[in-house]
Amino acid sequence: MQQLPIVLGALNVGFLQTLKLFFITLLGAFPLGLVIAFGSLSRFKPLQYFSRFCVWIIRGTPLMIQLLIIYYFPGLVMGNNIWGSGESGRFVAAAVAFVVNYACYFSEIYRGGIQGVPYGQQEAGLVLGMTRSQIFVHVTLLQMIKLIVPPISNEIITLVKDTSLARIIALQEIIWAGQSFLKGSQGIAGAIWPMFFTAFYYLIFTAVITWLLNRLEKKLSYFH
Amino acid sequence: MAFLEVRHICKSFGRTEVLKGIDFSLEKGEVLSIIGSSGSGKTTLLRSMNYLELPQKGTVSVGGEILFDYDDPHKFSDEELRRKRLHFGMVFQNFNLFPQYNVLDNCTLAMDLLAKDKARQAKQHFDKSASHRENQQIASDILASVGLSAKLKNYPCELSGGQCQRVAIARALCLKPDILCFDEPTSALDPELTGEVLRVIKGLKSSDSTMIIVTHEMEFARNVSDKVIFMADGVIEEQGTPDEVFGAPKSEKTKSFLAKSLESI
Repeated sequence: MQQLPIVLGALNVGFLQTLKLFFITLLGAFPLGLVIAFGSLSRFKPLQYFSRFCVWIIRGTPLMIQLLIIYYFPGLVMGNNIWGSGESGRFVAAAVAFVVNYACYFSEIYRGGIQGVPYGQQEAGLVLGMTRSQIFVHVTLLQMIKLIVPPISNEIITLVKDTSLARIIALQEIIWAGQSFLKGSQGIAGAIWPMFFTAFYYLIFTAVITWLLNRLEKKLSYFH
Repeated sequence: MAFLEVRHICKSFGRTEVLKGIDFSLEKGEVLSIIGSSGSGKTTLLRSMNYLELPQKGTVSVGGEILFDYDDPHKFSDEELRRKRLHFGMVFQNFNLFPQYNVLDNCTLAMDLLAKDKARQAKQHFDKSASHRENQQIASDILASVGLSAKLKNYPCELSGGQCQRVAIARALCLKPDILCFDEPTSALDPELTGEVLRVIKGLKSSDSTMIIVTHEMEFARNVSDKVIFMADGVIEEQGTPDEVFGAPKSEKTKSFLAKSLESI
């Protein structure tokens, strides 16, 4: 079994890329999603329509196509590959595509959450002399978070596995690493068992995320 | 000029005319009850007084100052709107307590935010913790006066309906409004809990507290009010002292409404 350290080493490198993409996507998509949600809820009609139009385009087309367009468009059409060369350039392009895509999905979940907080809460804030932004921060926000934990959990777990789509622009994430041993790499060829290990990485990662999200749900159950 | 003057309020929702020209006034320290069937416009009238509904016409004045002139639509800044709204306190039928805060924090939240904004406007140094402690003391005293000293750290989901409504009353009182408005405060409570809330409201009556209560509790309205307004179909059908309206109603609609309300089934 001297193949095991070689395979695990390769999988670990790929998994690191997967993890980086996962966390950067969440870091960017959580705030951007809120901004888009405010746009979609805006009372200024042009902004509302523009926001909803963008969300429709991004949610209505496959992430895979968005990855290809975002990565190749600047170089092929504008003659200037803004992403930079090599793996790091591919990573930045992938991160941009993922952040925008997931922000749009999150924005609809946020919108549902904000609209799910009873309007009486806002009225109570208004009669107590609170401004609209104070009402959002001090009254609506935590109630909204509690409402959106289940649907956002779904999106986060989907993201764990969606990161593998980045291989379409040759980002060397974990499935790429595992699959290389099917074709032949580092002296190992025709081996399917690395794919099972790859799946196992995903399984463990998903279990950890699920456990953390359950703890969050429990923490928010002190009120209802 | 009376302490509260409401002149010619007209409000329609789409093509439905809900308020067709409401005029009334109230002196400081008086308690006004508004009674009437569902759909007569009682709640809409209450909500029109502090800009929760926007009537098409009319004015609302408190202490001689015109707060809202609906004939002259004007976009208020958040600051102006807040200052005008704070003349009124509001207690809702379904409490609208903030579920993520305990009883004490429900009361102090708005007080703290207001204190911070006042200090910022006056460009004074603001000691957040000292101000918060002061507000907590004021809120604790008011919560004690409504019988909830033992529940300061509880959350709304742990309280009965009557306790929730008493917290809501305390929360409104913490901001020291000129006029305290109640929108059917006991309609969501069972008879046992209704009593405890009505007793608290009765206990608030004093020469300093001006109150407007929209209610279906006729006995309560008769005992506690200085003035009663009976509304029907968007107009004030009859107004006067409790003895006049309940004891010797002039209008047929008032007589029929009172007969139905006091009917034992």
